[in-house]
Amino acid sequence: MNKVPNRQAICEVLMEEAKNDKDIVVLCSDSRGSASLAPFAKAFPEQFVEMGIAEQNLVGVSAGLAKCGKKPFAASPACFLSTRSYEQAKVDCAYSNTNVTLIGISGGISYGALGMSHHSAQDIAAMSAIPNMRVYLPSDRYQTKCLIEALLKDEKPAYIRVGRNAVEDIYSEENCPFQMDKATVVCEGTDVAIIACGEMVKPAVDAAALLKEQGISATVVDMYCVKPLDKEAIVKAAANAKAVITVEEHAPFGGLGSMVSQVVGSECPKKVINIALPDAPVITGTSREVFDYYGMNAEGIAKKAAELVK
Amino acid sequence: MENLKVMAYDLRKDVIDMIVEGKGGHIGGDMSVMETLVALYFDQMNASPENMDDPDRDRFVMSKGHSVEALYAVLAKKGFFPMEEVISQFSKFGSKYIGHPNNKLPGIEMNSGSLGHGLPVCVGMAMAGKMDKKDYRVYTVMGDGELAEGSVWEGAMAGGHYKLDNLCAVVDRNRLQISGSTEDVMSQDVQEERWASFGWNVLSVDGNDLDAMIQAFEDAKTCKGKPTVIIANTIKGCGSSVMENKAAWHHHVPSPEEYAQIMKDLDARKEALLHE
Repeated sequence: MNKVPNRQAICEVLMEEAKNDKDIVVLCSDSRGSASLAPFAKAFPEQFVEMGIAEQNLVGVSAGLAKCGKKPFAASPACFLSTRSYEQAKVDCAYSNTNVTLIGISGGISYGALGMSHHSAQDIAAMSAIPNMRVYLPSDRYQTKCLIEALLKDEKPAYIRVGRNAVEDIYSEENCPFQMDKATVVCEGTDVAIIACGEMVKPAVDAAALLKEQGISATVVDMYCVKPLDKEAIVKAAANAKAVITVEEHAPFGGLGSMVSQVVGSECPKKVINIALPDAPVITGTSREVFDYYGMNAEGIAKKAAELVK
Repeated sequence: MENLKVMAYDLRKDVIDMIVEGKGGHIGGDMSVMETLVALYFDQMNASPENMDDPDRDRFVMSKGHSVEALYAVLAKKGFFPMEEVISQFSKFGSKYIGHPNNKLPGIEMNSGSLGHGLPVCVGMAMAGKMDKKDYRVYTVMGDGELAEGSVWEGAMAGGHYKLDNLCAVVDRNRLQISGSTEDVMSQDVQEERWASFGWNVLSVDGNDLDAMIQAFEDAKTCKGKPTVIIANTIKGCGSSVMENKAAWHHHVPSPEEYAQIMKDLDARKEALLHE
């Protein structure tokens, strides 16, 4: 059972790369612990900047650093980063085109029982609506590592969302197919196409196994690149299936489901079902309990899929 | 060397033409901030069309982005783009000369327009300079109404905390904002104490006196261990009694009669300076 959350994978890559790259700068808003970045702060004090609980300043300062040749990674809880500093993300990062990587930690409903103030069920919609902002939700620790390595190679702004808890591995050290801005097809089938992102990819993959037992074959697409969306992968998966299901840890509006529906509707019309969080404060509980309650687990996804292709 | 005080009045005339041609613009703040920009670009900063890729150049961010017309006039005079082009194309359909700073234009580092962004960005620029042990200085100009934005004080707190003495902020203290007096809208007369309590070196000068502004920038360079804020006490609409100290001229386009009077007043001020 994997115990390494994606946030820790980010720290490991940054620590490895920072050894040879003095321009990598990590910034936190009193969040180095929850971002798993305390080891980085300890090992590279000259490349770590504490901004205090001030997300607007966190992002504005990051943009200024980037403008002067630094490669800032600003990590803060996704709930605050994607709303409190939204305007800085829009103007200072995206509009000014600065090389800032925003890392939304404890994304979605990771904070569980802490309530809606601490949930970020709107970040995909909000960040995707900003021109020149890219949005990534890596699924497991191996993909997270590949993504951070790829982001270090370009100079454009991006928003990454990762969850708080460790996610079961989908890929492995030896086998992690990754191409920047291209979705990863985890398995292929002809009955239903399941397109998921972030922490929902693993239950989607498990759902495909359950469906196989029922004689239903499913394609699972890991759409970690929500923006720029890999439209080609969507069309290919949808064209080969009878129906499409999207799964995301996000509000039902403006997220992956909305985007996939747009593409399928215009390119290869067929039925699309969106599995997402409700348009309401979610029920109190751990994220696992919340996912189970709303059918955002392997059984729930498989049930929806079976109904759909019956 | 060209008389910079006179230049400030010539540039005001260019701004008036830009605003009349573009049928809009933030005229009052353009007039108040002109000496600050002339002092920075023609006396203080090593920023020119030739060195904008130089990592050692001084950095400037126009946080009060609505005074972009004044910045355009100064940048055009500095040779970043032709003055006739910006005057004739400002705010026109499809123009690159937008009503707020845009870094697709040469000479502009950061896009701005939404208030309260410049100081945090400049804190980052100044931090990068410290990390890389570079000598460049970082400047920003804010409006006094802008100081009501909370993000200004987040930036101020960090600037003081990290002792960024390579950072110098200017507050264009013209005492008026779109709705009227700053003291009625959200009082700023206690700002000197506010800045000082955030760990800043505070200077207060006549912001429409070019010599005083240059001296203040020189004084800022000698202050170590603290960022400096220069409270530039200015006159909104500075240059003509038609516009001066009138909140309605925050963004008013002069009528033909007003235009004639303003140009006459600006010429008279210029003439007086030449005989100083």
